[in-house]
Order: sequence, then C-alpha cells, then structure tokens
Amino acid sequence: MNLEELHRREYGRILATLIRVVRDIGDAEDALQEAFAAAMVQWPKEGPPRNPVAWLITAARNKAIDQLRRRTLAEQKRQEIAELAAQEVDAPVPLDSLRLIFTCCHPSLAPEAQVALTLRTVCGLTTEEIARAFLVPPATLAQRIVRAKAKIKGAHIPYEVPEDDALAERLAAVLTVVYLVFNEGYTASFGGDLIRKELCSEAIRLARMLCELLPAERECTGLLALMLLHDARRDTRTDANGEIVTLEDQDRSRWDRARIAEGAALAERALRGGPPGEYALQAAIAALHATAAKAADTDWRQIAELYAVLAGIYPSPVIELNRAVAVAMAEGCERGLALLAAIDLPGYYLLPAARADLLRRLGRNAEAADAYRAALALVTNDAERRFLSRRLAEVSAVVH
Amino acid sequence: MQYMLLCCIDESRWTALATGERDQVMKEYDDFVQGIVKSGHYRAGGRLDGVATSTTLRERNGRLVTTDGPFAETKEQLGGYHLIECRDLDEALAIARRIPTLRVGGAVEVRPVLGASHD
Repeated sequence: MNLEELHRREYGRILATLIRVVRDIGDAEDALQEAFAAAMVQWPKEGPPRNPVAWLITAARNKAIDQLRRRTLAEQKRQEIAELAAQEVDAPVPLDSLRLIFTCCHPSLAPEAQVALTLRTVCGLTTEEIARAFLVPPATLAQRIVRAKAKIKGAHIPYEVPEDDALAERLAAVLTVVYLVFNEGYTASFGGDLIRKELCSEAIRLARMLCELLPAERECTGLLALMLLHDARRDTRTDANGEIVTLEDQDRSRWDRARIAEGAALAERALRGGPPGEYALQAAIAALHATAAKAADTDWRQIAELYAVLAGIYPSPVIELNRAVAVAMAEGCERGLALLAAIDLPGYYLLPAARADLLRRLGRNAEAADAYRAALALVTNDAERRFLSRRLAEVSAVVH
Repeated sequence: MQYMLLCCIDESRWTALATGERDQVMKEYDDFVQGIVKSGHYRAGGRLDGVATSTTLRERNGRLVTTDGPFAETKEQLGGYHLIECRDLDEALAIARRIPTLRVGGAVEVRPVLGASHD
C-alpha cells in the first residue's frame, strides 16, 4: 500500500487514537501531519516499515512530545510529557473513532461545523476538498473548523461516547451529519462530480463504521441500508447531458445489484426487533423501489403503508406529500390529488410539481400546465427547472 | 471546570402564568438547587429581581451614562444564574436541562468560566 492510500484509509483512525493520547485535536493533527511528512522522506530511502500504521503512530506521538517540550517546560507539562511517553500505542483503537465522531457531531457545535469537522478529522478530507464539495471559499471553511476546535477545547466538549441515557439523542445527531454528507454528494446538480461521489462513499464508510461499533443500534443499520439503496441508482438518475431521469424512466439494468441486495437485507434487519426507526422505514421504501423489476411492478400499496407508519411517528407535510403520491399510484391519481389538496407546504416546489404530475397522468393538461408553472416559480435547482420546463412544454403541446 | 448557567426568561410570560403554576415551578426550582448542592456541583447561584429594578451603565461619547433598565431590550431577560463545577460540557448540559423554567419558555445559556479549570 502506498503512502497516499495509507493516508486515505488510516488517517482518521490514527488521528482518533492520537487525540485520546495527546488530548487535543489540533496538537494531534499537527503531529500526524509531521509524521506523514517524515514518512514521505524516510520510507522511499529506507524502505517502508514492517508495520506502517504503528510507525506512524509512534512517530506522531514523538512529534507531539517534541511539540509539548518546545512550547513550555512548566512542571505540569513535564508531567504530561512523561505520561505521553509512557503510553505505548501501536494500533488505532476502534472506540477512539467513535469518540471522535461523537465529539465532532456534538450538538453544541453549529451543524455546518459538525459536518466540516467530521469530514476533516474522521474522514481525513482536506479543507480544500470539503470547501469544493460545499461550494464555500476554503478560508471560510478553514475558519469554521478552527472555531469548532476552539470551542471543543474551551468548553471542554468531552472525547467520549455518550452514556446510555444520552446515547439515542446524540446518535441521532451523528446520523444526521452522516446523512447530510451523503445528500450533499447525492444531489448532484452542481460542483465537481468526483468530489460528490467521494462524499457519498465517505458517508457510507462512516455508516459502516458506526454499524460495526454500535451493532445494537438499528438506526445505524437503517441509514446504511438507505444510503446503499440510493447510491445503487446514482449513475442512472441523469442522462448523458446531465438532465434528470425520473425513477420511472431509469435504466434498471444499470442499477448496482450487489448494493441493492446488501441494502435490502440491511433494511430488513433494521426493521426487526423493535419499533421501526425513521431511517429503517425510509430504507424499506427505497428497497421496494429498488427491487421492482419494472417501474410498473412497484408495490405502491406497501410503500403508501410505510409512509403512513412514518407519518405516524414523525408527522411532517413532506412525508404526507410522498404518501399522497404513493396512494395515487396504488389507488388512482384522483385519490392522490385529494390528499395533496389537504397538504400545506408554502414555498415548496415539490407540492405543485407532484400535483402537476398527477394531473398530467390524468390527461388534465391545462390544469397540469398551471401546476407546472406554479412549481417553476418556486424551484431553485437548474436541473429540476429544466425538467419541469420540459414537462410543461409536453402538456402545453397537447393543449394547443 | 466551572460553568455558568445563565437562566433567561420572558418576564411577561412568567407573570402571566397562573399563581399555582408559578409556585409549582418555584418549588421545582428549589428542588433543583438542593439537588446540585447535594451532588456537589453547586458553587454559587441566585435569582435576580425583575428588569424593572435594573440599572445599566455604559460609556457614551466619553461620558459614563446611567440608564434605567437592562442592557439589551429583548423579550427574554436574565433571571438567575448558577455557577457549577463539572467534569465537562456534557455534565454541565445534563444539569442545565433539568432547570424547570425551560418548560415555561425559558432559555439557559451554558458558558465555561475562564481560569476555573481544576484538571
């Protein structure tokens, strides 16, 4: 394995363990950076060490000791150095990765800082990479991370996995960050494609890690399932010109069957053994879509039922909107339209867009055109705008 | 590590509560304070009188000006504080969320106190 690959795979894990030993994120980052720099010089000359990860940890720990020495020689520091020197660590401790992610996703940090810090430390992405993915200037992103680290230090945000009574709430915050990272990569309407794909695979990697370390937490499994099932379809969602292809029209032969099989099995596991969670239910819905051989084979009745369960636990007009569409497909567009009429979602373009689609299917083209215009007045994403404009042109052509 | 819990409350909402409910919250407040005294977290604390009794000093054009009222004209006003000793922010937050005025529209700001670290 070359150094770059090693950095990619091990950076976050090594850093997590170093932070526990050094007890400061910034110091640990600096030390690890120096260790990698030293490796870049030494390994080509002397040949790679037998255990590269252990080499990096030891080198970084020694760099951290040097840093402490350079900074001050006060009695307290001398004691810290002695403690640090006494700690023999030669492999990353998996629990440390969990500690790090809970610290990065602490609710007392701003959500955008949680995302940035997680990608920077746990995933080892560079500040430039994260800035590019989120379309913010690198300086802004760097400052976001600096501020977050300063708050962790100043407010003593612990480097611990929360205790049982707080775990559910804190884990929900972690999963939100992971899903945010995924969605940022998945809604591929702007920005470089490569970095966005990378965000999706990082999110999946984080979820795999969480599943491994917290096997009893079914929502981790649910989220992993959901992301795998979405990711399996990623390449078919747009055509060669970057135009949106609806789920109905996607080329199902190009879906990633292995991912779908894994996602569907995980979704099933996430649903079992207790009341279903939000991600498990969404994953189950995604699995029903992904396992239908043709669009016409989709089990819309069961999807509508799952949305009803979801709305019962997490009432939201957006879920009601999705349920209305599923009901329309299962029981007829008229039923769906009646449900849509009862939903209040001001400013949300998908509501008139869903109405427009059902009216179009019913052949009520003049009304459909009005609804497409209402949706176009609200949409902000360019690809979505072009899609709605195409549909508007289609229904208008039939009217005139 | 010491944390200051700054308890803010919307005074008009507080005075609009039924007497029985206010008494209930105050009783829970007493229990809360006794709880943190017993658990060893308590360092100091107090309830502030209403903003009607407040006076603010501020320098304006090089002159110290004394004005009636609180320093910020917001709906929520500082109503009390607790200084607590905690291991880390999570412990401080776990204590802060037990403050009974939270359920009658109050807010609690948790701030570390500089130079009061004991590790």
